[in-house]
Amino acid sequence: MWEFLQTYGPRLLDGALVTCAQFILAALVACVAALAAGLGRLSSLWPVRSLSVVYIELFRGTSLLVQLYWIFFVLPLFGISLPKFEAGFLSVGLNVGAYGAEIVRGAIQAVPRGQWEAGYALSMSPAKRMRRIILPQALVLMLPPWGNLMIELLKGTALVALIAVPDLMFVAKQINGATFRSAEAFGAALLVYYLLARVLITPAMRGLERAMARRLGRA
Amino acid sequence: MDLSAYPLELPESDRPMVRFMNVTKSYGSLVVLDSLNLDIQQGEMVSVIGPSGSGKTTVLRMLMTLETINDGVIYVDGKPLTHMVRNGRLVPADEAHLRRMRASIGMCFQHFNLFPHMTALQNCMEGPVQVLGLPKAEARARAEELLAMVGMIDKKDQHPSRLSGGQQQRVAIARALAMRPRIMLFDEVTSALDPEVIGEVTQVIRKLVAEHDLTMLMVTHQMGFARDISDRICFFYKGRIEEQAAPEQFFTNPQRERTQQFLRAVKDAD
Amino acid sequence: MTFDWNWEFAFEILPRLLRATINTLIAAGVGYGIAMILGLVFALALRSSGRLPRTLLREVLEFIRSTPLVVQIFFIFYVGPQVGITLSPWVAGMIAIGLHYSAYLAEVYRAGIEAVPRGQWESCRALNLTTRDSYVRIILPQALPHAVPGMGNYLVGILKDTPMLSVIGVTELMQAANSIGSETYRFLEPYTLVGLIFLALSLPTAGLVRLGERRLRRKLGL
Repeated sequence: MWEFLQTYGPRLLDGALVTCAQFILAALVACVAALAAGLGRLSSLWPVRSLSVVYIELFRGTSLLVQLYWIFFVLPLFGISLPKFEAGFLSVGLNVGAYGAEIVRGAIQAVPRGQWEAGYALSMSPAKRMRRIILPQALVLMLPPWGNLMIELLKGTALVALIAVPDLMFVAKQINGATFRSAEAFGAALLVYYLLARVLITPAMRGLERAMARRLGRA
Repeated sequence: MDLSAYPLELPESDRPMVRFMNVTKSYGSLVVLDSLNLDIQQGEMVSVIGPSGSGKTTVLRMLMTLETINDGVIYVDGKPLTHMVRNGRLVPADEAHLRRMRASIGMCFQHFNLFPHMTALQNCMEGPVQVLGLPKAEARARAEELLAMVGMIDKKDQHPSRLSGGQQQRVAIARALAMRPRIMLFDEVTSALDPEVIGEVTQVIRKLVAEHDLTMLMVTHQMGFARDISDRICFFYKGRIEEQAAPEQFFTNPQRERTQQFLRAVKDAD
Repeated sequence: MTFDWNWEFAFEILPRLLRATINTLIAAGVGYGIAMILGLVFALALRSSGRLPRTLLREVLEFIRSTPLVVQIFFIFYVGPQVGITLSPWVAGMIAIGLHYSAYLAEVYRAGIEAVPRGQWESCRALNLTTRDSYVRIILPQALPHAVPGMGNYLVGILKDTPMLSVIGVTELMQAANSIGSETYRFLEPYTLVGLIFLALSLPTAGLVRLGERRLRRKLGL
């Protein structure tokens, strides 16, 4: 195992860095998409509302892998050619964003009615009320489920290997193909994914939850 | 704890239905019951009263083996309940021993705890069929007889969610009786009920006292009811029995300062 | 925009895709069956046994939940031969997907069991039911309605994750679309149809799950 890591460690590390990059970019896409679609679903304008519903149902109703292949192989036929790296994080981000949109919507609806009325009573504009009163409170509610979603997002990034983005999973597959040392190659990859989830993402989300709770004076 | 001081079995000449011997219960540093000694005779109805946190409910829960004890031994009909005899010595009871001993004890709870996914009749048949191994027909006959006794035969096919609190508690009493226990425990069975339905439950308990030879232990806040039907009142205060006496004596001439205070406070509340 | 959707081609490949859909449904069904049983075993093991095995099991389940299914599929498929067991793609795929989702279902069951009030356990004790009877007759039937929404979500989830089985050559829907693509160099129709078939499967399933949940609650008198 030791000499395996000595030989292939650097390559696995390169793969892990690509995975991290995919994770961060996909997370950004997911945040933006979730916020836009989550707010859009609650909009009073029906075109905005139905567009959000279509996006959410389309991406939640089909598989990430199907979406990835569609965006990478089919979108070019419509004249939108994305390099594999961009196609990768965009697919993963849009997929997770659809689930995130439901979290956003649920959290906004969970903010007590009295808060909306209080904002109204201060004659705030709807946009200002949302930004200053409702969203900060909703954010605290959405963080715990969002933490789970970030783990799902990390797992989702492994699929970008299938369109040849050289991430951790891709490297593991290559090493496996060259050496047939499958247990070591995929075992090492699984372990790195686990450490990323357990040591980086989960504690970071917990920290964020605590920080947000403190800002609202609840801790 | 040293168990050598406790008899393996109580002698024929001194064999109450229930005996607590130096029973202690604590959660961490909080002592709930402090070296309790209490005998309950066969056929006796004993009411346990006291302020909340005095440990009175714990007495019942220990007897039902819902709580473990930290020290002492409980005997039921002369045999150790919380312990068993192995190689001529008392050791903590295993699950098989507890199951054997529990068979003679039934309990009704403050919140009824009926099985919500079963009808009143099914609730009363569950124990006899699954535990006692009674044939279905016999268990049904027994359950219907008991449901009739508590006045719930008309509602036997209803689920608990369709019954009022008083009705649920009467079914719960029938369910416990269906196991033919020799000891019945009532843990604040009227505390969760609306005032107007308390009577229908106390009525059933009165009937039990009058017509059956059960040994009963009841935790209650209803002083009048306890006075009417009990053979003895035990007043608990801070994990100890502060005073115990026959009802007349207890309510008309309490001896201890704490008891007098408690009875005054209860009277003021009424 | 060179939108050149070919209806004739679409209809030509549709039967082949629909046949593969049956395999997708079988894979999802078998995988879910394994996950349901294994998940219950894990959930019960988490509640009983000693502290050390419990901590260990919890960590293992956490590991399974937080690593990608597709890597697990590869791991199980390729590691078998290395230790002398050759698993067919189907067997390896079913083990991987069943194990993966059992870790989620264990959590769903655990939460369901914990949602049953303590008083129910105490009633079981007072009626002298065995632990086994308490679970089978009293606790699990009441835990089920709490668990059904989560179980339904993961049923839809497992269905949508079956395309990953194509990576080791399980002949399900995605694999069929991939072969059509590499044979004809047309990707628009096969991938779009696969997406539509998944929509047609997962949207009604989600609806059925909600319906089943209401029925179950009524049947149990809750």
